[in-house]
Amino acid sequence: MDVASIFSIGILCFVFGAVASQLPLSKVRNFSYLFPLIGALLFLSAGGRLLLGPVFTGTIIPVSSIFSFAFTGDALSGFFVVLISLITIAVSLYSIGFTRGIKNAGSMGFFYNVLILSMYGVVLSANIFIFLVSWETMAVSSYFLVVHERNEETARAGLFTVAMTHLGTAFIIGLFLVLSHYTGSMEFASMRQAAANLPQGIRTLVFIFAVIGFGTKAGIIPLHTWIPRAYPVAPSNITPLMSAVMIKTAVYGFLRIVLDVLGPGPEWWGMAVIAIGAVSAVLGILYAIMENDLKVFLAYSSVENVGIMLLGIGASMVFRSSGLLVLSGFALAAALYHAINHALFKGLLFLGAGSVVSATRTRNMEKLGGLLKLMPYTGFFFLLGALAITALPPLNGFVSEWLTYQSLLLGFKSTSVVAKIVLPLGGAALALTGAIVAAGFVKTFGTTFLGKARSEHAASVKESSFWMVLGMAFLALLCIVFGVFPQIPIALLGPAVFTITGSYLELHQQGILMTPGTAASLSTTALAAAMVLIFVAAIVFVRLYGGRRKTVYADSWDCGIPGLTPRMQYTATAFTKPLRIIYKRIYLPSRDLKVSYLIKPFFVKSIRYGGEITPFFERYVYEPVTRSIHALAERVKLLQSGSLQLYLGYILITLIVLLIFGT
Amino acid sequence: MEYFQFLIIIFFSPLVNGVIKKLKAYMQGRKGPGVLQTYYDLMRLFKKDMVVSNVTSWIFKATPYIVFVATITAALIVPVVTVRSAYGMMGDVIALIYIFALARFFMALAGLDAGTAFGGEGSSREMTVAILVEPMMMLALFTAAIAAGSTNISSIASMRVGMYSPSHLLALAAFMVAIVAETGRVPVDNPDTHLELTMIHEGMILEYSGRYLALMEWAHYVKQMVLFTLAVDIFLPFGIARASDTSGLALSLGVYVAKMFGMAFLMAVVESTRAKVRFFQLPSILGGAFVLASLSLVTYIMMGK
Repeated sequence: MDVASIFSIGILCFVFGAVASQLPLSKVRNFSYLFPLIGALLFLSAGGRLLLGPVFTGTIIPVSSIFSFAFTGDALSGFFVVLISLITIAVSLYSIGFTRGIKNAGSMGFFYNVLILSMYGVVLSANIFIFLVSWETMAVSSYFLVVHERNEETARAGLFTVAMTHLGTAFIIGLFLVLSHYTGSMEFASMRQAAANLPQGIRTLVFIFAVIGFGTKAGIIPLHTWIPRAYPVAPSNITPLMSAVMIKTAVYGFLRIVLDVLGPGPEWWGMAVIAIGAVSAVLGILYAIMENDLKVFLAYSSVENVGIMLLGIGASMVFRSSGLLVLSGFALAAALYHAINHALFKGLLFLGAGSVVSATRTRNMEKLGGLLKLMPYTGFFFLLGALAITALPPLNGFVSEWLTYQSLLLGFKSTSVVAKIVLPLGGAALALTGAIVAAGFVKTFGTTFLGKARSEHAASVKESSFWMVLGMAFLALLCIVFGVFPQIPIALLGPAVFTITGSYLELHQQGILMTPGTAASLSTTALAAAMVLIFVAAIVFVRLYGGRRKTVYADSWDCGIPGLTPRMQYTATAFTKPLRIIYKRIYLPSRDLKVSYLIKPFFVKSIRYGGEITPFFERYVYEPVTRSIHALAERVKLLQSGSLQLYLGYILITLIVLLIFGT
Repeated sequence: MEYFQFLIIIFFSPLVNGVIKKLKAYMQGRKGPGVLQTYYDLMRLFKKDMVVSNVTSWIFKATPYIVFVATITAALIVPVVTVRSAYGMMGDVIALIYIFALARFFMALAGLDAGTAFGGEGSSREMTVAILVEPMMMLALFTAAIAAGSTNISSIASMRVGMYSPSHLLALAAFMVAIVAETGRVPVDNPDTHLELTMIHEGMILEYSGRYLALMEWAHYVKQMVLFTLAVDIFLPFGIARASDTSGLALSLGVYVAKMFGMAFLMAVVESTRAKVRFFQLPSILGGAFVLASLSLVTYIMMGK
C-alpha cells in the first residue's frame, strides 16, 4: 500500500471511531477507542515511511481542488506523526478501561477522535488553509473535552483556554497573512523558497508572531496561564493528549515556520529563544513544585519541559546563524529527542495521575499516601515516569537532557563571545531546573505513593483496570527502550533534522552517543548493563558475606512515644517550605495564622494556618489587562444601551454624516 | 589496570573516611577511633539482623541496593591512577552527576517511605541543598570542560589545560564548596550527629539498620571518594599516569595517595574550624560559590585562560 492509501484508511478509522461514539449501543462504545487505536497504528507505519522515503504530497480525500494537494509530509512531519501515534495507542488502550461508566461517553468519544485527527492534520498540512482549519478544530475539540465535566471550574477553565488559544491563533493568522502577502503563496513549500529574500524587518515580524502564537499553545512563560487551569479539569484520558501531544503541534508549528520556512536568522533570535526557554524551564518548575494538586503539578512541569526543548531549539538557531550546520543539527536533535521523550513520560505520568484520581476521587496529594501498596502497578509505572522526567540514567529523559547539555556546552565553538557565555549559562539553568524537578517528583511520588494514607478514601482504593494498566505499561516500556537504546529514537529524528539543516549527523556509533568534534560520549546501554551486573553482584555479596539474617517488622521510630498518626508525616506543603523561604522574592508568599486561646498566651484552643504564594503573572499581568478590558467594555456600554430608538438614531446620524462628507 | 582501578575506590573509600575522622579527632584534641574503625563497623552491620518499619513499601528495601549500585557505576567512570578508566567512554562528568542524582532521588524517597517526620525532614532538606548545589557544581565543571574541549573526564585529565589559571582556581574553589555540601559535612550538615533539628543525610537514613545501613554507609564513602577523585582529576591532574607501564603506575599511585590525603586533611580542617550554619544561611554560602563558578566561566571566555 502506498502512503496515501494508508493515510486514507487511517482517517476513515477515526471517522468510524467518531461515528461509533454516537451510536446508542453501549457495547459499541469501546469501538470509539478501538478504531483510533487501529488508526494510530496505521499512521505509525505511514509516519515511518515518511521518515524513510521521499516527501509525500498527495491526495488524501479527493473532494475538491483545495483539498487535493493540501496534505504533504516530509520527515519532520513523519517524526511528529510517529510521536502522535505512539501516545494515541497508549491513551486509546487506557480509555477503553477508563471510560467505563463515565457520563456523556458519547461526546467524549466523538471529540477524542476529532482532536487526534486534527492534530495529524496540523503536522501534515501543506498549506495555510488546512493548517488553520486543523489548528482551530484542535482548539474547539479540546475546549469541549476540557468542559466535559459540566461545572463552574471547568466552565471557567474552558473559557480561559478559548480566550488564550485565540490570542495565539490571532498571531498565527497574522504571521500567515504577512508571509503569504510577501511570498505570494499559501503553500509552505513555495513560501520556503521565497522567504529567504524577504526584507529583514518582515522576517523578524514573522519570528516574533511565531514565538507568541505558537508559544501560547506550547505554554511559554508568561503565556502559560491557561495550561495549569485547563489540564487538571480535563478528563484523565484527555490530559495526556493535550500535554504530551497538543503542545508538540505547537513545537512543530514553530519549527516549520521559523526553522524551515524562514531559515537561518540573526543570532539574537536564537539567544531570545534560549532566554525564553531558560525562564520557562526555571519558573515553570518553581511554580510546579509549590502545587499540591497532582495534575496542576504535572501541568506546570509541561511548561518547564517546553522550556528545555526551547533551549535545544535556541542553541540550534544560534549555531545555524553562524553557519555551524553540524552543531545546529546536533542541538535540534536534542530538542526533538526531548520532544518525543516528554510525550512518553508526561503521557505516562498523566495516565498514572488519572488512575490515582479516579481511584481516590481527589487530586490533592495532602489527602493521599501509601498508594504504592494498594496500586502496585500504577505506582511502579508512575515511578518510572518520574525517574524518566527527572532525567535519571539510564532512562530516556537523561539522554535528551545530556544532548541538550552538550549542545549548550558546544557554544564555545561559536564565534560570538555573547553566545559563548549565554549558552553555558543556559546549561546552568538546565542544571537548576533538573535539581528542582528531582525535588518536585520526590515530593509528589513520596506523598502520594509512600508513607501512610492521609485520608480514608486513600486507604481503601483498588488497582486500576487491566486496560488502564496496559496503556501505562506501553509508555513505561518505551521510556526504558528510548533510554537504553538511543539508536531507536535517533533513527526516528535523524531524517527530520536533515530536512531542516540539510546535514547528516553521526549521533551515535554502535549505540554510543557522540558529540560532534569533542571527546564527550555516552552509552546508556553500557551504564544500564553495568547497573544490572553490579546489582546482581551486590545481592550475591551481601548474601554470601552477611548470610541469612532475620528481618523484624516494627513501627517507625517514634522517639519512644507510641502512636504515630498519618498526620504526623511530613506533608507536601512542609516539603517545599525551604524553597518558599529561599525563593521568597519569586513566590512572594503570604501566610494567614489565626490562633484562638482559652487563656492567653498559654492555652491554645485552635490554630488555623493558611498560606499561599502570589501567582505573579496572573496578578500583575493578566488581572490589569482583564480590568482594563472590562473598563473599556463599560465605556462602550454607554453607546450600546439596548434602546432601539437610539440605534436608529445612530444610523440616521451616520447616514447624514456620510451624505455630507461622502460627496 | 584501567579496568580495575575503580576497585581502589570501592575498597579504600572507608579508609579515607577513617582518616578524616582520625585527623578531625587530632585537631580537636581527641585520640579518636582507629582509621580502620569504618571497616569494622561495616563488617559488623552486614552480619546484623534488621528492623524494618511496617509502614514501608518495597522502595525502602530496594533503595540501599540502588544507591550502592549507582555510586559504584559512578566509580567506574572516574580515572583513578591512569587517565583511561573502565567507563571513560560510556559516561562523562554530566552522567556522573546524574548518576549521583539517581542515588539521591531514591534516598529521599526512602526517607519519606516510613511515614515519619524525621525522614521527610531529611528528604526535604537534602533535595533543597541539591537545588542550591547542582547548578553551581555543573557550572564549575563546565568551565573545565570548555577549557579542555569536552566533558569527557579522561580527556580533561590528560589535557592538563590551565591547571593554575585564574578561571580554574575560581572553579576549583566553587567545586570544593560543592564537595563539602555533597558529602554532608560541616558547615552544611554534620555527619556526627543525630540531633533531630539539624540532621540532613542522617535523617533520611534514620530507619535503616543491618545490611541496608551498611550498604548506605559504604555507598556514602564511595561517593565521597569519587568526588575527591573527580576534583583532582579535573582541577589538579598532575602526576596521573597516561600509559600502563609499571613505574608510571607506581608513581601515579603515590601521587594519588598523597592527593587523597590532602583532600582528607582539607575536609578535616574545614570541619574543625567551621561551625555548622543554620539551614537558611546555606543559600548565602552556596550562592556565593555560584557567583565564583559564574565568574570562572566569564573569566575563561573573556581572558581565554
